[in-house]
Amino acid sequence: MTKITSPDILIQSLTQKLTEFLPKKNITDPVMVGIHTGGVWVAKQLHDNLQISEPLASLNISFYRDDFSRIGVHPQVTPTTLPNEIENRHIILVDDVLQTGRTIRAAMNELFDYGRPASITLVCLLERDGRELPIRADIVGQQLTLSDDIQVKLTGPEPLAFDIKNTTLS
Amino acid sequence: MKPSSAILIKQGRLIDPANQLDAVKDIYIENGLIIAIDDHIDQAKNSAVQEIDAKGLIIMPGIIDLCARLREPGLEHKATIRSETIAASKAGITTLCCPPDTDPVIDEKSVVDLINHGVKHAGHSHIVCLGAMTSKLKGEHLSEMAALKAAGCVGISNASQPITNTLVLRRALEYARSHDLTVFIEPNEPYLSNHGCAHEGAVATRLGLPGIPDAAESTIIARDLELVAAIGARVHFGRLSSARSIALIQQAQQQGLKVSADVAIHQLFLTEMDLSTYNSHCHVLPPFRELRDRDILRQAVASGVVQAICSDHQPHEEDAKLHPFPATEPGISGLDTLLPLTFKLVTENILDWSQAVTALTSAPAKILGIDKGHLSIGACADLAIINPNKDWTLETTKMKSQGKNTPFLGWNFENQVVHTIISGQLIK
Amino acid sequence: MVNKNARATNPLLGQDHWNIQLDENGRLKHFLTIEGLGSEILTEILDTAENFTGVNNRTVKKVPLLRGKTITNLFFEASTRTRTTFELAAKRLSADVLNINISTSATSKGESLLDTLYNLQAMQTDMFVIRHQDSGAAHFAARHVAPHISVLNAGDGRHAHPTQAMLDLLTIRQNKGHDFSALRVAIVGDILHSRVARSQIHALNTLNTGEIRVVAPRTLLPANIEKLGVKVHYNLQQGIQDADVIIMLRLQKERMQGAMLPSELEYYQQYGLTSQTLKYAKPDAIVMHPGPINRGVEIESCVADGEQSVILDQVSNGIAVRMAIMSMTLGTSAQQTGDEK
Repeated sequence: MTKITSPDILIQSLTQKLTEFLPKKNITDPVMVGIHTGGVWVAKQLHDNLQISEPLASLNISFYRDDFSRIGVHPQVTPTTLPNEIENRHIILVDDVLQTGRTIRAAMNELFDYGRPASITLVCLLERDGRELPIRADIVGQQLTLSDDIQVKLTGPEPLAFDIKNTTLS
Repeated sequence: MKPSSAILIKQGRLIDPANQLDAVKDIYIENGLIIAIDDHIDQAKNSAVQEIDAKGLIIMPGIIDLCARLREPGLEHKATIRSETIAASKAGITTLCCPPDTDPVIDEKSVVDLINHGVKHAGHSHIVCLGAMTSKLKGEHLSEMAALKAAGCVGISNASQPITNTLVLRRALEYARSHDLTVFIEPNEPYLSNHGCAHEGAVATRLGLPGIPDAAESTIIARDLELVAAIGARVHFGRLSSARSIALIQQAQQQGLKVSADVAIHQLFLTEMDLSTYNSHCHVLPPFRELRDRDILRQAVASGVVQAICSDHQPHEEDAKLHPFPATEPGISGLDTLLPLTFKLVTENILDWSQAVTALTSAPAKILGIDKGHLSIGACADLAIINPNKDWTLETTKMKSQGKNTPFLGWNFENQVVHTIISGQLIK
Repeated sequence: MVNKNARATNPLLGQDHWNIQLDENGRLKHFLTIEGLGSEILTEILDTAENFTGVNNRTVKKVPLLRGKTITNLFFEASTRTRTTFELAAKRLSADVLNINISTSATSKGESLLDTLYNLQAMQTDMFVIRHQDSGAAHFAARHVAPHISVLNAGDGRHAHPTQAMLDLLTIRQNKGHDFSALRVAIVGDILHSRVARSQIHALNTLNTGEIRVVAPRTLLPANIEKLGVKVHYNLQQGIQDADVIIMLRLQKERMQGAMLPSELEYYQQYGLTSQTLKYAKPDAIVMHPGPINRGVEIESCVADGEQSVILDQVSNGIAVRMAIMSMTLGTSAQQTGDEK
C-alpha cells in the first residue's frame, strides 16, 4: 500500500502550490471556504499560511446531501458561515479527502444558493479513487489509489492525522 | 319461547344465595320450571329427559342485568333485540333490563308494546323495561307512569338524561311513590360534567381531555337523597363511579332510606390510568376515576352498600370508536364480560362466591321487584352453568354481542359459561 | 456512526405508548407530544434548528433536503400563523406542500378524520401536519396512517402543541444560554385550555428547568396541574417574582362567557403584564407570547413591543424549529450507514 504523507507536510505543499497558483490565475482577495469538519481544519491552516484578509468561511453541507433519504439529517452544531456577499468573488473551496465527489457537489450547490461566484478552486488534502461524479480537484496534496475496502478519514483538529480503516475487518 | 322438554342437571355445585344454598345437588327442570332439587335425582327410566353432567361445574341463577342498551328501537345499526338477547343467552344472562332512552323513548304504552312485540319474535332472553320518568326524557313533564306500569314497566328512569329542574324531580318522586314505582337514577349534574369525557384529575390534565369532576355525580346524589328523605320514595342509583357517592349512599342507608345502588362491572377494574393511550374503548360515562375510587367501589359491593353489578352494556359499531378520543361515543359492550369479570373478583378475593352471585342475580331481582334470581322449587328455570376452571382469552371473534367495543380484549379469564337455561330451555 | 439517541434498550421506554413517536432505533418518527422524549432528542432538535436559522437569513432561503417529498397541512381549526410557518418550513426544505383547511368542509359533510387521512394518503403524502380540535387527534392519526408516513402535531385540543414548545425553548436558549437549571420560568394565563402550556411544561421539565410556575386564577387551571411539575400561583406579582422568563398566554374572549372570569378589565388588572408588574421579574427577564396577542387583555402594548419582549424572535424561530423537526422525522425511514465522502 502506498504510504500516506502526514497532513502537516501535505498542508505545507498545498500552501506552496496555492502561492504559485493564485497569481497565475489572477485571483486576488479570495474567499477561503472549508467544508465541515475536516476541510475547515485544513482551510484554517492554509488561511493562516496564505494570510488571506477575508475571514475564513465554512460550509456545512448536511442540508444539501443527496443521501438524506438513506441516512437522514444530523444535527450540526456549527452552521454555515459565509461572507455577506459571494457574488463575483473567487472561492477557494477546501476539503480533506476527495473520493466520490458528492460532498463537493453539495458544497457547490449550497455556494450557488448564496450567489454566483467568479470562480471556485477546489483544494483537497488527499485525492483518492472512487469518483462517482465528474469532479476533480485543482490543487491536491497527495494522490492515492486504494482498494475499495480502505477508508481514509482526517482526524483533528490538534494534531491532524489520517485514520485508515479496513472496512472489511471492522 | 316454546316449552321445553325436561332437563336433569347432575352433581353441579349449586350456588343460590337467595336460599342460602351452596352444595352439590341434582336439579330437575320440566315445563320451564324447577321441579326438584336434591342430593340425587334418578330419572333414568325416562329417556325424554336430557341429562347434563355438571361435575366440577357451578350452577347459579341466571344473571339479571340491570342496565343493557339493546339499541332497538332506534339504533339497529349498532345492535338489535335479537343480536343482544342471543349474546345475553350465551353469557349466562337470562333477564335484561332496558332503560327508556330508546328511539322512540319508552314514555308511553305503545313503545313498551313495540319492544315486547320484538322480544316475542326475536328475543332469546327475558327483557324488562324501565319507563321514562318524564315525557321524551326532557325533564319537563311527568310521563304517564301508571300506564307504563300497567304496560309492564318495572320502574321509571330518566336514563342518562338529567333532570335539572328539582321541582320536576320532586313531583316525579312523589308520583312514582304514589304508584309504588322504583325510580332509577343515573346521577349526573350536566353543568358540572360540561361535555367532559374523562375524570377531572391528573390524567385528564396531562392528556388535555375535558374533565368531569366526581362532584358531578355526588352533588346530584346529595340533592336527590334530600328529596328521598322528605318524600320516602324508593330510589335506585345506577352506575356509580366515585368514592364520594358511596359515602353518601352509605350514610343514607344507615339513616334507613330506601336506597339501593349498582355499579357497572368495568368500574371495578379500570381507572383513569387506562385512558393514557387515548384508548377510545375506555371512553365511558361516568368516566373511570382514580384507583382509590375503584377500590372503594369494590369494597362497597363486598359490604353491600352497592347491591348489584351490571354490564351497562352499550354496543357500538366499529366506526363509533374510530375517532379522536373526545369525538368517540362512550360506552362498552359488556354482556360477554359481565360474568367472567365479576367472578374475577372472586379469584382476586374481593368477593366470595355468594356475594358475587348475589350481586348478579337476587340483588338486581329485588331492585327490579321481580320474582327471579333464585333457584327455588317452582321458580322459573333461569339458570347458568359455569366452568370455574376454564382458562380463556377474550377476542372479538368470541364475542356474541354485535358490538365489539370493549377494553378487555386480550384479558384472561378462568370462568366460562357452559350452558344457559332460560325458562327451562337449554340455549344452544 | 453510532446513534446516540438509541433508546430501544431502555426498559422504561420499551413499550411505552408515547414512543409511538420513536422508531425502533429511538429516532423521531412522529412528533406528537414532548412527553416521552428525552433531553437528547430535544437538544438535537434545537441544535438542528439553530442551523436552519442560518438558512432563513440567506438570500436564497431554501435547501434541497426534502425535494420530492409531499407535506400535507391538515388544519381542522382556523390558524394563520401556525399554518404559515409550517408551510414556509416545508417550502424552505424544498418539499411540495398541500394546505387543507377542513374547519368548514369535509367533516361537516360527515367525512371522518380517518377517511380524510386515507384519501390524502392515497395521494402519496409523506407527512401530515395536523391541527385538530380534539385532544389525542394527532396520536389517533399516527396510529392509523401507513408506516412510512410521519405525523406532526400542530395542536390537538387542549393536549399538546409541541413545535410551539420547541420554538419557545430555542428562544429561551438563545437569550438565556444552554443551562436551564438556573432559570425560573413563569407561565401566565389560561392554562386550563392551553395545549401550549402543557407542552411547554413538559419541555421545560425535560431540560431540567430550575423552577416552573403557572400563574392564573383557579378557574383557568386544570385539576392536579402540580403533578406536571409546576408551582401554582394565583397572584401575578408573586408568580413572576424574580422570574427569568415570563410566558404570557392568550386569553380567548369566549372564556368570559363561560363564567370563568368576571370581566376582561378585572383579568387585565389582576393578571395583565404591564410595565409596572414586569418590574417584579428580574431586570433582564424576557417576555414571551405564543400569539396572537390580545393587547390590553393579557399584555400591555409597551411590554409586548418593549426591549424585554422576544415575541418576534419566537415567530422566526418557529420556522427553523419546524424545518428541523420535519427533516428529522422524514429522515428516520433512512438506514444508518457511514458518512459518505
